[in-house]
Amino acid sequence: MTNRSFAHAVRTPPDRWSMQVTQAPAHAISVQGLHVYYGTVHALKGISLKIKTGQVTALIGPSGCGKSTFLRTLNRMNDLTEAVVAGSVFVLGENIYSPQVDVVELRRRVGMVFQTPNPFPKSIFENVVFGLRRQGIKDRRVLAEVAENSLKRAALWDEVKDRLHDSALTLSGGQQQRLCIARALALEPKVLLMDEPASALDPVATAKIEQLIMDLKGDYTIVIVTHNMQQAVRVSDETAFFLNGELIEMASTRTLFTQPADRRTEDYISGRFG
Amino acid sequence: MTSHAATEKSRSRPAPPSPQDIRRKHVGDALFRGITALAAASVLALAAIYVVQMALNSWEAVRHFGWSFVVGTTWDPVFEEFGALPVIWGTVISSLLALLIAVPISLGVSIYLTEIAGRRIRRIIEFLIEILASIPSVVYGLWGIFVLVPLVRSIQPHLTSWFGFLPLFQGPPFGYGMLTAGIILAIMILPIMTSLTREALHAVPNHQREASLALASTRWEMIRHAVLPYNKSGIIAAIVLGLGRALGETMAVTMVIGNQPTISTSLFMPAQTIASLIANEFAEASSSLYLSVLIELGLLLFGITLLLNVGARLLVNRISHAGGRRR
Repeated sequence: MTNRSFAHAVRTPPDRWSMQVTQAPAHAISVQGLHVYYGTVHALKGISLKIKTGQVTALIGPSGCGKSTFLRTLNRMNDLTEAVVAGSVFVLGENIYSPQVDVVELRRRVGMVFQTPNPFPKSIFENVVFGLRRQGIKDRRVLAEVAENSLKRAALWDEVKDRLHDSALTLSGGQQQRLCIARALALEPKVLLMDEPASALDPVATAKIEQLIMDLKGDYTIVIVTHNMQQAVRVSDETAFFLNGELIEMASTRTLFTQPADRRTEDYISGRFG
Repeated sequence: MTSHAATEKSRSRPAPPSPQDIRRKHVGDALFRGITALAAASVLALAAIYVVQMALNSWEAVRHFGWSFVVGTTWDPVFEEFGALPVIWGTVISSLLALLIAVPISLGVSIYLTEIAGRRIRRIIEFLIEILASIPSVVYGLWGIFVLVPLVRSIQPHLTSWFGFLPLFQGPPFGYGMLTAGIILAIMILPIMTSLTREALHAVPNHQREASLALASTRWEMIRHAVLPYNKSGIIAAIVLGLGRALGETMAVTMVIGNQPTISTSLFMPAQTIASLIANEFAEASSSLYLSVLIELGLLLFGITLLLNVGARLLVNRISHAGGRRR
């Protein structure tokens, strides 16, 4: 099944979604036998795993192991790169690769934060309410309220409250990344995907992002790709180790880093490769 | 062997640099700087020579007519009565008409090429655009005479019968006129505008597209709210370049516009542009006043182009500041 075009990305009423999610199931994400191909490259080879609701799950592994590709299948960002996807991916109770799925609505429920901060060249305020405006919300009071709440949630409000209408590009890298998190939170997603969110930041900014991830835990199911194993230890409840497109091992973070079941996991976390 | 190497070594040991040595190192740089500065200065010099020469040669007309040249509406070489307003009107309106037609099309083509088309189709269309850009102006003019003029002539009665209450669509069906000139100009500026707009959209980094899609926008919303605003200045630059071309285009316009320096509210009436008028009447300019008038027209065209360019620059600056862009 190719997912090149967004022709099916027409909005449908979200009833179908809310019916599925009324009682939060134990697993927000459940993947079975997932294969992803880019042309002739077999990027993911039969991944099966479950991600617990309200927890932070870290995906670790050397570069090119498929962890980012996996993350991008969870909100169908792979559609952009002409990836061919096989297997079943259930997010919030819905098989997101079924043809009836509304990709736009999926992405409203599954937010994403990228490796390098990518604010729009617009004001701080307009960045935060970007998603709301696309939802057709025009009421200035609602927009202002959501902007304030989202910025507070992303621990950025105190730093920007007096200059909401300045360009987002005047912010520091760390502030920009928290703005991108605030922007994602404004849509009230259930799941937050983070693709190495701190890799472009200095240690102080990284610490702030990590603190933020821990604060958000519980309210959101967070999946974070990271190169930094200490970071995985610090922020995550569970960790999955990827290697060459395969899931080698997934366990509670403590178990994976202290008593890895697989030899390759042990080699990787002890720094023998990667 | 070893002793030989040692003497060699001592001979080649560098002496402490004297001030002269330091200076000599920079001679190449200074020379290079001088040459490039000269090249840059030649642009300035050319513009200055152009303006001064034009001003000198048009002095007779400027003195003779003063401001009434710019606002006068009669063009009568026989009685040496020259008012340039009709040709200024013709130049500006035909160019704006061309933009009106060409901007949406070039934007549409560029969006299709950068955001939607597959690699194969993109290659083919880009190749065709380059081909279109290399067709000589006179050939466009011929095509205008044999295809576009009859087409406009046959369409006009219908437009007149539907929208005849608007002055825009009144008048006899000549086929030659403002609308035909506008369409020809639009076709002629389309390739350059499309390839520049495409470049501008291509320069929008993918992370901006991803950011927009990740915030639950449809593909159209992504284009409209993330891709297009990101490089507004590039798109405006493309439009300005197209406008510049349209203002100065001579051959094709003169072949289809009808060559009558009159101001009309109808799109179908013949008109005249500055460039087209100069090309038409230069050979017949018998008196020195007449010649001087034509040269003043050239100066005027230069002024109009300058004005529109400066205006567009200001617009770009304002937009990029309003967009919160940091430069």
